[in-house]
Parts: sequence; C-alpha cells; structure tokens
Amino acid sequence: MAAQVMLTPVTLIILGIFLAACSGVPGLFLQRGTGQGQKIATFSLLAGALSASIGAIQVIRTNLTEIYTSGWRLPFGAGELGVDPLSALFLLVIFLVATCAAVYALGYWPAAKNPCTERRLSLFFGLLTASLALLVLARDAITFLMAWEVMAISCYFAMTVESQRTEVRDAGTLYMVATHTATLALFAMFALLQAQTGSFSFPTAHSLNSQTSVAAAIFITACIGFGLKGGLMPLHIWLPSAHASAPSHVSALMSGVLIKTGIYGMIRLLTFFQLPPLWWGIFLLIAGCISAVMGVAFALGQHDLKRLLAYHSIENVGIITIGLGVALIGQATGNIPVTILGIAGSLLHVVNHALFKSLLFLGAGSVIHATGTREIDSLGGLARSMPYTAFYFLLGAAAICGLPPLNGFVSEYLIYLGLFGGITGGTGADIFFLALAAPALALVGGLAVACFIKVYGATFLGHPKTKSPLAAAEGAWQMLAPMGVLTVFCIGIGLVPQLLADFLLAPIAVFAPGQVIGSRGFLTLAPLAWISVLAAVLIALTVLLTGLFLLRCRNMPSHQSVTWDCGYLQTTSRIQYTASSFAEMLVKLLSGVLRPRYQQPQLKAIFSGPASFASHLPEALLDLVIAPFFRSIDERFSLLRRVQHGQLHLYIFYVFATLVALLVWSI
Amino acid sequence: MTDLLIHLVLIICMPPLMLGIIGKTKAAFAGRVGAPYLQPYFDLFKLLRKGSVFSSTTTWIFRAGPIITLAATITAALLIPLGNHPSPISFAGDMILFAYLFGLARFFTMAAALDTGSSFEGMGAAREATFSCLVEPTLFFALIVLCRISGSLSLSTMLTHSLVNIWFSAGASLVLLVAGLFIILLAENCRIPFDDPNTHLELTMIHEVMVLDHSGPAFGYILYGAAMKLFILGAFFIHIALPFKTGDHLLDWGIFIISMVALAITIGIVESIMARLRLVRIPQLLVAASILTAFSMLLILR
Repeated sequence: MAAQVMLTPVTLIILGIFLAACSGVPGLFLQRGTGQGQKIATFSLLAGALSASIGAIQVIRTNLTEIYTSGWRLPFGAGELGVDPLSALFLLVIFLVATCAAVYALGYWPAAKNPCTERRLSLFFGLLTASLALLVLARDAITFLMAWEVMAISCYFAMTVESQRTEVRDAGTLYMVATHTATLALFAMFALLQAQTGSFSFPTAHSLNSQTSVAAAIFITACIGFGLKGGLMPLHIWLPSAHASAPSHVSALMSGVLIKTGIYGMIRLLTFFQLPPLWWGIFLLIAGCISAVMGVAFALGQHDLKRLLAYHSIENVGIITIGLGVALIGQATGNIPVTILGIAGSLLHVVNHALFKSLLFLGAGSVIHATGTREIDSLGGLARSMPYTAFYFLLGAAAICGLPPLNGFVSEYLIYLGLFGGITGGTGADIFFLALAAPALALVGGLAVACFIKVYGATFLGHPKTKSPLAAAEGAWQMLAPMGVLTVFCIGIGLVPQLLADFLLAPIAVFAPGQVIGSRGFLTLAPLAWISVLAAVLIALTVLLTGLFLLRCRNMPSHQSVTWDCGYLQTTSRIQYTASSFAEMLVKLLSGVLRPRYQQPQLKAIFSGPASFASHLPEALLDLVIAPFFRSIDERFSLLRRVQHGQLHLYIFYVFATLVALLVWSI
Repeated sequence: MTDLLIHLVLIICMPPLMLGIIGKTKAAFAGRVGAPYLQPYFDLFKLLRKGSVFSSTTTWIFRAGPIITLAATITAALLIPLGNHPSPISFAGDMILFAYLFGLARFFTMAAALDTGSSFEGMGAAREATFSCLVEPTLFFALIVLCRISGSLSLSTMLTHSLVNIWFSAGASLVLLVAGLFIILLAENCRIPFDDPNTHLELTMIHEVMVLDHSGPAFGYILYGAAMKLFILGAFFIHIALPFKTGDHLLDWGIFIISMVALAITIGIVESIMARLRLVRIPQLLVAASILTAFSMLLILR
C-alpha cells in the first residue's frame, strides 16, 4: 500500500522537482574547485529528471488529470498543483534539455577551471529547472506567479555568471526589465481573470465565455506577458543579448525551454475559454508570421554565433505561434481537423525546437570553448579538428531548417497541413490570412537554409580565417554525449514520426476536448507513416549512390590537390567568402526593415592607404524605437526622480501613507 | 503496374534528353549543327568512368553533397505525377515534402560548395541561397491555387485534376500562375536569363560555379541531378500549362512526352533569344513572379 502511494506519477514528478531544486545545495558546503559539488549537482539533477520523466510519461500514457490543493493557505487562497498530459509534455522537454545541459556543463564549465562561478551556476541552474517544472504544474495564479518569478530570477543569476563583462551586465539588466514587464502584464491578466471567475485558482477548462470585452482584455494582456517571455516580435528585444551572454548550456536551457513557458502559458490560458473568437486566431497567426519572418531575417545579418541562434529562437517561437493561430482559427470556424493539425504541429514544434536548438547551442558552446571566440567570421575549417561537433551541428542545422528526414520537417508539415486544410475547406475571411501564412512559412524555410548554410560554411568548412580555430580540439565526452543524445532524438522523430501520434493526442485533447479522434484518425489526417516510407527511400537511395560512388572511386585514380584557384598563385584564407559576404545580398534586399550599418572607407587619393570595412546589424527595434522612446520619457519625467531618492525609511513612509489613503478611501 | 514502370523508366531515362533537345534548339538558332541529342548521356557515362580530383581543403561533406542532392531529387521524382497518371507515392501533404526535398538538395549542394573554401563557390552558394528564398513563396502560392481548385492536398490529385475546365472558368488566374511558374522553372534550373549553364568562370554564375571543384562520378551525379530537377519541375509546369488528357493510357503517356519535348524546345528558344539578366535584376524578376502567383491566388480565393 505504502509503495503504491509512493510511486504514483505525481509523487515521482514532485520528487524530481525537489531533487532538481536542491541539486546545487550540497556544493555550497563542499570545498571550492574540487568539482565534487558539480558532480553531485549533476547526479541529483539526473536522478530527478529520470524520476520526473517516468512520472510524466505515465501521466501521458494513462491520460491522468489531477489537481492537488495544499493544506496551508497562501495569502490569496490555497496553492494548487496539478498534472495533465499538457503539463507532462512540457515536463519531459524541460527535464530532457536540463539533463543534457547539466552533463554538458561538466565539460564546458568545469569546477576546476571556474572555482568562483561554478557553485553559483550549479545552484541556480537546478533552481531554474525546478521552477520551470513547477510552473507547468501550477494551477492557481499565485503559485504560477511565484514559480514564474523564481524562474526569472534564477535565470538572471545563471546567465550573468560572467558579470565582470559589461555586455553581460547590460544583457542581464535588459532581461530583468523585460521579464518584469512580462510579470506586470501577467498580474493584470490574472487580476482580470479573477474578476471574471471570482477566484485566483485556474478556472475549469473551457468554462469561460470568450466573447466578452474582459476576455479580450485577458487575451491581449496574455499576449503581452507571454509574448515577452516567448520573444515574439516586437517583444523580443531582451532575447538576443541574453542568449548570447549566458554560458552556452544556460543558453540552451533558455532557448530550448524557458521561452517555451510563454507558449505554455498561452496554451493553458486558451484552454480556459469556450470557442475563441476568430480574431484571436488571426491575431496569433499574424504575430507568428511577423516573428518567424523577421526573426530569421535578423538572424541572417548576425556575426555572433550565439546571437544568431537567439534570433532563430524568435523565428521558431513564431512558427509555434502560427500553429497555435491555425488551431484557434480551426476552433472558431468549427473545422476540427485544422484545429488538431494546428495544435499538434505547434506542440511538436515546441518539442522539436527544444531538441535542435539546445543541440545547436551546445554545439556553439563547443566551438566557443575550443576557439575562444563567438565571431563567425574569425572561424572556419572546424570540421577537420572537431568532426563530431561538426556532424552534430550539421544535423541540428538541417533539422532547424525543417529539412526531411529530420524532426523539424514533421512539425512544419503538420502546420502546413493545417494551413492548407483551412484554405481548401474554408469560406470566410480567415482563408486569406491562412493563404498568406503558408508562403510566409515557406519564405522562412528558405531564409533559414540560407542562414544556416552561412553559419555552417563559415564556422566548420573551408580554411580557418584567423589563428583562433587553428588550435581547436574536440571537447570532452561530457560535451559530446549530450549532443549525441539530442541528435538521436532529432533523427528518431524525423524517421518514425507516426510513433508520436499516441503521445501527442493526450496533450491535444487537453486543448481541444470533445474532438478526440484516436491515433488512427490522427494518422489519416496527417499520414506520418508516408514520411517514414520516403525517409527510408531517401536513405536507401543515399546508400545505393554512395556505394556506386565508392565503387567508381576505387577503380579510378583519385588525386588530392588544392582548391581550384583560377591560376592565382598567392591565395590566402582571407580570400574566402565570409559569413557577412554570404548574407550581404539578402540583407541588402531586406535593408528596409533590418537597417544594417556600414562603416565604409573614404577613398580620397588615387593610391589610398590601408582601409577597413565593417558592417553591423543593430537590434533595430531596440536601438531605433524603444531606447529613444524611454530616453525621452526619462527626460520629461525627471522631476519624479526627486521622489525616488534611495532612502529606505522614506520609502516605508510612502507605503504607510498609501495604506492610510486607501483605508480612508474605502471608508 | 505498367504505369508505374513507365513512370520509373521516364524518370530515370528521360531527363538528359531534355538537355540534349535544349542544346540542339540553341544550336539551330545559332546556325550550328550542334551536339547529338544523346550527348548528355555520353557525357554522363564518360564522367562515371573518369578519375576524381579532390581538394585537400575538403571533408566528407564535399563528397556527400552530390550524393544526397541526387538522392533527394530522385525521391522527389517519386512524388510527381507524370501525364494523366498518379505518382507512385501520394498522400495528403506530399507537396510539402516535395518542396522541402529540393530544399534538402540545395542545402547539401551549398554545403559542398562552401567546403572547398573557394571564394567563387562561396559566391555561387550565396546567390543560390538568396534566389531560392525568393522562389520558395512563389511555389507555395501556386500550391495554394492548385489545392483550392482541386480541393485536395496531394500533388497527384491536384495536378491530374481536370484543369482544362478551369482554364475556361478561371483562365486569368491560370495565366498568371503559368507565367509565375515559368519564371521560377527557369530560375530554379539555372537557365538563361538567370544563369548560364554553359560557362563556369564568369562572376555572374550561380549553379555552375558552386560545382566548380567536383569532378568524375561526383560531377556526373550533379549533372544528372540537375537534369532530373529540370524534368520534374518541367512536368509540374506542363500539368498546368498543357493539361490535355484523353483518358487512354498509352495516348496520355505519348502526349506527356511530346509536351515535355515541346517544353524543352521552348526553353531552348528562350535561351537563344534572351540575354542573361544583370545580377541585380534577378531578385526583381523573382519577386515579380511571386506577385503574379499571389494575384492568381487572390483570384481563386475571392
């Protein structure tokens, strides 16, 4: 009896969260720099992840939905936690990425080399993982917001470990401002929600009327709050610098999981409402398209490996939002297949993006670890010195571009099916938006291919462009193994996506109940088995052609020579096409929105001296709109500064005065 | 069964013939006799029997590039219906896989090009990447039109659907569609006015400059893959531009082959009478093609 109580899926999940939260604590009491604390933290996190994942898988398999109310009272009502397949899906993603990142940290951020920062990093990494997991279990506003804040703050401390560098501090501040603006929006959202339901616990699914103006206000505040966290354009301003400044395994967790809490929040909120109005879906569809296209467009012009990957996160959150928009449009127009395909694509893309983006961030981390630079244009030729990393990165790049037979294709395929299904069957105004979203998604695919070929070519192929890649060597096994695991998942989902149908249906049913179709029905809607067949054909043909090629090469003479240089004798590695020159045409085509800046040499004499050229793609929205706006506000409201003088006792007096005023007002 | 066999035989054997016919047409315009129709086949067999030269800069990606590109192209060939007959493999949403398989092929061609560390090949890859981004939306606008007309999400149904009637009822839309698709047919297959498949070292080259360092069997794979891509996209175009179907099996295959030959001659004529565009003009024409197909979509959706 006791054993049965102990091993329910929920206790396993709670145990996992507890182990993750405490993983960094023993290290605080052990000697610095020995690495024992880090090992204990990693093992604790691994054990926690294993326990929670088993629990989460059971929740999905048994389609378990439960809510637990805590005995102790919080100021605004009882704390409520619950599980359902939707939460479980996110739990799996959280723990998989966190485990891979934690193991990776053993090689990437070893305690022996970073005695001062390792303890702090391990502690907050564990806390971040636990708060992420708690967030998806929260079933009332207060627990949700508490987990949300722990997540935000532990992420801040994890990402700013290199706080001696100005850029890291600036990125941290920007992140803090953005995340608290998001929290503010969520306060408003939950207050509005409370006004409608009368309690801070989450309303029962599909119980709220979505046609009221309060519902519209809730939707808009949620879009702002969750959009800021998710990095939807134009609320993405914090994301590139934060991802670039964090240690790579923290970037992987941030990009793979943390920004998905925005998506989770959005999906969870939408489950509260009955039949959403059509404009919600169209709004999300447009927001998703803007994010996807602009995210990848900004990525194209980046010179910094991790900043570039961060912009791709914006793109992929856009794709996920497109899927969500399609699902809402399907609900609003009563088109069940479109709803299911949209939400399935959206959820699967959440999983897929977590897999390939953390793979890419870990790969980028290995490159930075080996060469000491994030500048794409100073790298080159790493495929020779780091063959495994190069292979993993190539697969990650192909997967994020949505190329078959990898996982990115499967989720984009589902979203496309939703879009096309809506277009062929629809009659209303929504078909125009759906019809514009499909080519937009195709454009995103094209631009992503361009961008990742640029990165991959400049980083791993060709000759080293400076001295830094020359001494590069492959990382330790702790760094390679997590990338290998993520790669296996990327390939597996791409090759046999039909096995996922069962796994996705339970979370889909949380979003769209009463439209349960069973896995056979789902596979008729989206014939994923055919993707397996064609992947098998593709692989068979590749093997066949490789065999023929090797056979021909063995029988025929084969020479090694230099790359054809057009007879030019003194080629140097600097003559190669750089990442900037690769992207130049596209950046110029899109210069209307991207606003690239060039520093061009002024040629005056006939024989001019040495000159230099630099191009730079600033964060246009932040530099040209938001920063000037707040600067002008700062100037106009400088009088108010006098009230904010930093004297604590007067601040406490303000609180007292406010309370008195409120009391008087209430009487 | 016979249809499947004919499909496979045509896919495997006919693509190089298209190149032969184009070459012959261009020769006729230039007042030359020109190479025999079967010259591309001779070239392919010759290349398969040649030795290779590999740059010491390259890695396995350089060798894998042509192989994966050709494999992806052949896989795409299984999804396209030919004549009045459905493709060997068809399912809902196969057109998306069709489009993305070409993306896979392009990804590896460009990766192989960058693997050589040559500035020429980098230049070619950059151009290919740029122009393909502009082609992608055009293809999807076209797919939306076809989906909406046929009410189906599978290439086989949407292309073998009786388009002749649509030409009478929504001719304007289809004219715009055909114009847009012809532009991207030429652009995707590196034909004049976008690219010149006959020269290598001019600074305006796109596809040919990417494969500068390949030799022997690998180069044979590339040429064959390029011919097959022209054949597949040509078949896609023919379905919409010349949708004549009789219902008789063998007759339909005959019509299809004649249509493809006619398409090859048309491409040859275009290549003979047009000069190559300046590089800066190419994006403009590609965007124009996108907008043409977008108009076509609006006409169908309204």
